[in-house]
Amino acid sequence: MLSEPPVLESAAGPHTIINGKEVVNFASANYLGFVGHDKLLESCTSALEKYGVGSCGPRGFYGTIDVHLDCEARIANFLGTHDSILYSYGLSTLFSAIPCFCKKGDIIVVDEGVHWGIQNGLYLSRSTIVYFKHNDMDSLEKTLEKITALNKRAKKLRRYIVVESVYQNSGQIAPLDKIIKLKEKYRFRVLLDETNSFGVLGRTGRGLTEYCGVPIEKIDIVTAAMGHALATEGGFCTGSARVIDHQRLSSSGYVFSASLPPYLASAAITAIDILQQNPDLTSKLKENIAILWKGLSDIRGLSIASNPESPIVFLVLEKSTGSMKSDLQLLEDIADRALKQESIFVMASKRSTLDKCPLPVGIRLFVSSAHSEFDLLKACESLKRVAAAMLR
Amino acid sequence: MITIPYLTALTTYFSYGLLFAFGQFRDFFRNIFDWWHASNLEGYAPICLGLEDFYIRRLYLRIQDCFGRPIASAPDAWFDVVERYSNDNNKTLKRTDKISRCLNLGSYNYLGFAAADEYCTPRVIDSLCRFSASTCSTRVEGGTTTLHKELEECVANFVGKPAAVVFGMGYVTNSAILPVIIGRGGLIISDSLNHNSIVNGARGSGATIRVFQHNTPSHLEKVLREQIADGQPRTHRPWKKIIVVVEGIYSMEGELCKLPEIIAICKKYKAYVYLDEAHSIGAVGKTGRGVCELLGVDTADVDIMMGTFTKSFGSCGGYIAGSKELIQYLKYTCPAHLYATSISPPAAQQIISSIKVILGEDGSSRGAQKLARIRENSNFFRSELQKMGFEVLGDNDSPIMPIMLYNPAKIPAFSRECLKQNVAVVTVAFPATPLLLARARICISASHTKEDLLKALEVISQVGDMVGIKYFPAEPKKQQQDQQQPQPGKDTIKLD
Repeated sequence: MLSEPPVLESAAGPHTIINGKEVVNFASANYLGFVGHDKLLESCTSALEKYGVGSCGPRGFYGTIDVHLDCEARIANFLGTHDSILYSYGLSTLFSAIPCFCKKGDIIVVDEGVHWGIQNGLYLSRSTIVYFKHNDMDSLEKTLEKITALNKRAKKLRRYIVVESVYQNSGQIAPLDKIIKLKEKYRFRVLLDETNSFGVLGRTGRGLTEYCGVPIEKIDIVTAAMGHALATEGGFCTGSARVIDHQRLSSSGYVFSASLPPYLASAAITAIDILQQNPDLTSKLKENIAILWKGLSDIRGLSIASNPESPIVFLVLEKSTGSMKSDLQLLEDIADRALKQESIFVMASKRSTLDKCPLPVGIRLFVSSAHSEFDLLKACESLKRVAAAMLR
Repeated sequence: MITIPYLTALTTYFSYGLLFAFGQFRDFFRNIFDWWHASNLEGYAPICLGLEDFYIRRLYLRIQDCFGRPIASAPDAWFDVVERYSNDNNKTLKRTDKISRCLNLGSYNYLGFAAADEYCTPRVIDSLCRFSASTCSTRVEGGTTTLHKELEECVANFVGKPAAVVFGMGYVTNSAILPVIIGRGGLIISDSLNHNSIVNGARGSGATIRVFQHNTPSHLEKVLREQIADGQPRTHRPWKKIIVVVEGIYSMEGELCKLPEIIAICKKYKAYVYLDEAHSIGAVGKTGRGVCELLGVDTADVDIMMGTFTKSFGSCGGYIAGSKELIQYLKYTCPAHLYATSISPPAAQQIISSIKVILGEDGSSRGAQKLARIRENSNFFRSELQKMGFEVLGDNDSPIMPIMLYNPAKIPAFSRECLKQNVAVVTVAFPATPLLLARARICISASHTKEDLLKALEVISQVGDMVGIKYFPAEPKKQQQDQQQPQPGKDTIKLD
């Protein structure tokens, strides 16, 4: 069994304190730099004084506080959809939403690199699941053809495609326009998880739909966890009115669980307000990603596996040692050394024994718009040194 | 077991039958109507087929205003309920700006930590300024702060186990832990009235699931003997692991679990015990340590103890407490620990501060006062309700008391009449309870004063007379201690 994770002694902003030393933090998905932002702290403090901490009840039994309703309206307004629904935990959003709409006998086509929350939701829904190769549109098309040919007569069969916008396990970005073309040709419904692209991609931060130029009405269900760009906790799901109303009574993670603490909902509202008023946050983030990419593209022994525009920069070993366990051990040693000797905080991506994802493990860097250019260049230099020392 | 008089059962079945018939009738007309108008989803199967949302459309929407009532203040003993109105016969409800101050008998606020507290809130705001509202990272990456470490030690100490691990949501704690500790080839025996999160976790694990009759240790023994003799489903090899899952207090019945007998049986047959203390931690027991303390069970006998912080501690999140090896194993394999954002730091600080208040470590005796008050309040309220002739479930010392309604028409009647008199109650119907056994559920809190309880009793008695739910004769002067149900008479039928 491996060592304990490092313990932070201050807020998880772009710089944090570990063991009394200040390090540059690349392990928090704080894309827009909202951790420690004054306005957020202010709105949280006033919400704490008014409502206390917890909400003491599920949504159906006096756990619905007016900030929840305001937050849902704000998100729906921002994205341009009809309504949205708030969940109290990011991970439970997809594994409650999927069993709500997919039952036994339905067919779901899903990318093989999706994260555990989606895998669990698919397993709980008991539908037929077909995987296609990671981010490969040809493989997707072949799979859709095969399924349509096999099920020509089934009229009441519901068919879904599940993809993530920016994959947490590899940093690739899904080509949404091609997926929409395929969806309309073969008549499938699309479920999109925008956890890592909400607030990041697109000119105003509205996510993958804006980035690819697709109107959001074409996507049937959009979900996202708010623990990344919006720097709060929880998740939301949005779509047409029918989709959202159905979830309010049949989604188990919504009905049988206490609602989101009100101060987190008010933090989400403030975060979206700030994002709308300052669109230069997304452009600063894009610049930072470009600087880091250029700096790390010639590192020896590791290669970048993610898309140049994704906020997760994913480094994998050029030559794998053979087993995932030893790969993971080597990457963790690199991360450890970077922390202790160079004061750069990065982490290797971990895998649970229950996770069925076949993609390789790697070192993940989360870029934030609050990182300065100096931080990024320092990180590149340090990682090059550590990689040269450890990987020979 | 609940005994329901013949006449009531008959009228309840009749009411549901009538509602069902009306619903089918209207659906028939709607199908004809829809046939005239084509929809733009040609070639797609509808997202909700046929009868899947029949219950929602035809039954639930009629009484939708009794559920999901928004509030505009902290869920303390008195709170502000937002008024809503509907223009289209309850299909959609719109908020107004008017609020009414009501007595809160529905929120899970057992020790009164729901609103801003004089000891906890300044520390929570402090930790907010220091660590910010979220760590934006998972526990194994950048999400473990000094607060999280302190919290886990504090919880392990409080519960009486060597180590503990904390997650950000109670529901996910159950659903993500059961698949990790048991898999194919294992057996889970769970109580028939266990919570949805346990059912989900058990299904997600892939193990075989068997159910035993609610709170009946003799039936548990029978099921265990059968299953051990049979072995795994097709190969008949011995089971790899057997886990018995029970809850401390069942949230829809208010009953305590028969823990000593169940542990004796599990020891005899070498099965593991998993105890879910969502409602009982902090609320029962002399120092608030839950069902184990109340029933005199040694915590070393229960293998895995799980609980949530939403009810008694006024925060959010869940924990698992067990031996050091178990917790170490969970930290390396549990998906909720590896992939989900860590618990928000202010919420963690709230838990630490409230545990300190309960244990008296903040220097005052507020914790002991709260615990004594909730016990007195629950026992007083329950005995008064039973004296008035209501059918109340649950054991002594449990802060949850369901009042039986049965008939579907009485659900909205009870709820709306109580709201008119400024008392907010929670009514529960299908699917959280069996179809015939609809009930109103009261949750007592330590922040209710004697006047609040007397007012609530008055209002409930008045509304009960109006609605007709006093199924038992009122007993004005007799002393009733430690009530189980009164003996069933000749004209009643037993329901389980």
